[in-house]
Amino acid sequence: MSAMLEVADLHAYYGKSHILHGVTFAVGEGEIVSLLGRNGVGRSTTIKTIMGQVRPHGSVRFRGREIAGLEPHEIAHLGLGYVPEERAIFPGLTVRQNLILGEKRAGRSGRWTMEDMFELFPRLAERVDTPGGVLSGGEQQMLTICRTLMGDPDLIMVDEPTEGLSPQMVERVGGLLRRIAERGVAILLVEQKLTIALEISKRLYVMGHGRIVFEGTPAGLRANAGVRKEWLEV
Amino acid sequence: MELVVFSLLNGVLYGLLLFMLSSGLTLIFSMMGVLNFAHASLFMLGAYLAYQIGRYTGFWPGLVLAPLIVGLLGAAIERWGLRTVHRFGHVAELLFTFGLALLIEEVVQLIWGRAPVPYTVPSSLDFAAFTLFGTTYPAYKVFMVLISIGMFGLLGLVLTKTRIGLIIQAALTHPDMVAALGHNVPRVFMLVFGVGSALAGLAGVIGGFALVTSPTMARTLGPIVFVVIVVGGLGSLTGAFVASLLIGIVQTFAVAIDFSLIDLLARFGVTVTRADTFYDLWRIKLAQLAPVLPYFMLVLMLIMRPRGLMGTRET
Ligand SMILES: Nc1ncnc2c1ncn2[C@@H]1O[C@H](COP(=O)(O)OP(=O)(O)OP(=O)(O)O)[C@@H](O)[C@H]1O
Ligand SMILES: [Mg+2]
Repeated sequence: MSAMLEVADLHAYYGKSHILHGVTFAVGEGEIVSLLGRNGVGRSTTIKTIMGQVRPHGSVRFRGREIAGLEPHEIAHLGLGYVPEERAIFPGLTVRQNLILGEKRAGRSGRWTMEDMFELFPRLAERVDTPGGVLSGGEQQMLTICRTLMGDPDLIMVDEPTEGLSPQMVERVGGLLRRIAERGVAILLVEQKLTIALEISKRLYVMGHGRIVFEGTPAGLRANAGVRKEWLEV
Repeated sequence: MELVVFSLLNGVLYGLLLFMLSSGLTLIFSMMGVLNFAHASLFMLGAYLAYQIGRYTGFWPGLVLAPLIVGLLGAAIERWGLRTVHRFGHVAELLFTFGLALLIEEVVQLIWGRAPVPYTVPSSLDFAAFTLFGTTYPAYKVFMVLISIGMFGLLGLVLTKTRIGLIIQAALTHPDMVAALGHNVPRVFMLVFGVGSALAGLAGVIGGFALVTSPTMARTLGPIVFVVIVVGGLGSLTGAFVASLLIGIVQTFAVAIDFSLIDLLARFGVTVTRADTFYDLWRIKLAQLAPVLPYFMLVLMLIMRPRGLMGTRET
């Protein structure tokens, strides 16, 4: 099976500091795959580099096509979605306007409609004319994910969606991601904690110091106390 | 009373003209983080182009063509100039726009000479619009006000009601996110730069015949536009609007009021004579201070509230 997203020997730099030291991993069609690791190991940098926001050195193939070197908006048009760590809601625009800007072209409907979003997360329907900036952290997280879905991506990369959320909200994010995957969208989930990652992922990667240090299944990671102790637990 | 009403009218007019310049400048600044030193030069170019086109076709075609040409020039400057220079950082961009301003000034002098050109009020607008307190108010000034307000209304609608307007608003604060959603942000930048330039050009077309169309007009007005966007708060359109009107009105009133501190003190029965210390200071008329007032407001604002009236960005 040739994977949907294949990253091979990826390096990235911020100025002179070398952050990614040859990252290699893959995400298959419709899979939920997690990328785990402690603070500062380079998880966000990895997905920013895939998305073209940080200059890539190495190979990134999406559906067999080399995308390293393309502009972020071109990469988005190929079907890659990105939900950043800082959420980046457009604060002055309403919930509806935020969702509309998720569509890559006006009125182009893909696998998701605005009604689907309201069904996935009913709170958005109640707040549809509210400025995005006044939503709670959890609502903003849901809105960012939904906004990216409106662009009909085949794979979304979600950076720490549970950070700073209450335990119930974390569960809801997990449920939302699962339902998205059921519709055939592959997910690359970046997390620091194991909570939802172990529950929903098919496979996991653990990063340390700009490299992949473990690759396996949730059961495999559960069984491997050594990796958890060295690379995950604080 | 007459003085107050007419100064207010003129002040608002000057303020609207300033806003036509500062709105483009502040939009460009908040998008790209670049203070475009050549902005006032594009304003000057608008006036000269309208003058030149007007010589062949009369005023009205120039009203449309000159801003259009300046807008296209602005878009080209962004596409083939700034976008390349951008890679070398903000200082390089600043120097680039600075050089561009000097270049445009030299080119204008080369083509049209150092002396002002006779760009005058078109005859179709050269009549009295209304009479108030026995004084007439010229039609071309009313025309300037209408054009400005119409243009701002149109831009406001585009910015808040259309999809491209929403994309621009979002790109003002989160360009990376907007690009990640699949929108061509560099093209949006080019568009904003083009529209901002066209606005500056339009200000030149309608400001050119009210002011003097000469190669120094960019250098005269440029600094005041910077004052406006700093006082208003970098990146804030509302702030730029308030600051434009404020500075427009304050400066117009200052020019109109032939008054010094001596006159003021005299009202309270205090006489200042030549023998008093600082006599020369007391003697300065407010009108003489008018050119200094904007810079005074700038300094005051930077000391008391560095973000400006409505700025969100810490500077
Ligand atoms: N814009 C930047 N400029 C310079 N260094 C950066 C920049 N962004 C991140 N770094 C550095 O790169 C390293 C990796 O950062 P990254 O954001 O990828 O980490 P992370 O694994 O996502 O962790 P976390 O999100 O918990 O901070 C860190 O040491 C960080 O300090
Ligand atoms: Mg991160």
